[in-house]
Amino acid sequence: MSAETTFEPQRFILTRADLVRYAGASGDFNPIHWSDRVAGAVGLPGVIAHGMLTLGLVGSAIAAWTGGAEVVELGAKFTAPVVVPDDETGVVVEVAATKVSSDNGLMTIAMEVRCADAKVLGMPKATVRA
Amino acid sequence: MDPAIVDRAFAPVGPFVVTAAKVAEFARATQWRGAGVPPTFPILLLNDAMLAFLADVGAPLERIVHGEQRFAYQRPITVGDELTAALRVASLRSLGGADVIGTVSTITDASGAIVCEAKATLVHSGATEEGAA
Repeated sequence: MSAETTFEPQRFILTRADLVRYAGASGDFNPIHWSDRVAGAVGLPGVIAHGMLTLGLVGSAIAAWTGGAEVVELGAKFTAPVVVPDDETGVVVEVAATKVSSDNGLMTIAMEVRCADAKVLGMPKATVRA
Repeated sequence: MDPAIVDRAFAPVGPFVVTAAKVAEFARATQWRGAGVPPTFPILLLNDAMLAFLADVGAPLERIVHGEQRFAYQRPITVGDELTAALRVASLRSLGGADVIGTVSTITDASGAIVCEAKATLVHSGATEEGAA
């Protein structure tokens, strides 16, 4: 890893097309991720992003920060929905590193992941081989 | 949901051959900014394992919310790997009328060596009186 590694917040845009693409790529066709009718019927505020898509963006942020270091652990709780409107703009998911520590050749990165003003993941954390 | 599902091991899914094309498709879908295989890639197998489990216990997909996901790797996944995922239910508790199901999936390679252990919490809401299992 280079000495000039920085942890600038990483921003990702999610539109409905991105949810459809992720559904196809991942095989998760739960209709709450593409049907307003079904999302509303189960009490959601709208179509929501797959939690695993949001965690995938976290993985991408880590790759960007570490130059693709080997991920040993990655995890989070899905605490708030990322509601994706049916428009051209979509929503922005921002992944920020809040604490980085190194020990025994491993680097642990604690993060904060937000969409609009809300934290959407609980305790997102990764450990990579430094 | 029937408490008897706890500690039950479900039939493994796979083998799933990791191809460069599938990795590229998944990388694009997760806006991957790195090289190699994205760390959330095994969700492909886990989705199959979870779908089989949910169908087995009669839980409709739209009533399921993914509550938590963790991956712990023994080694990185590479193109050419042949992976199998075996899911077992580790815990079941009731929370505000919902079933909170803790699952552990072990992902192994063609030699049987563990590549990754994945823990998922699935929240099954709107459970019916008679239960789904």
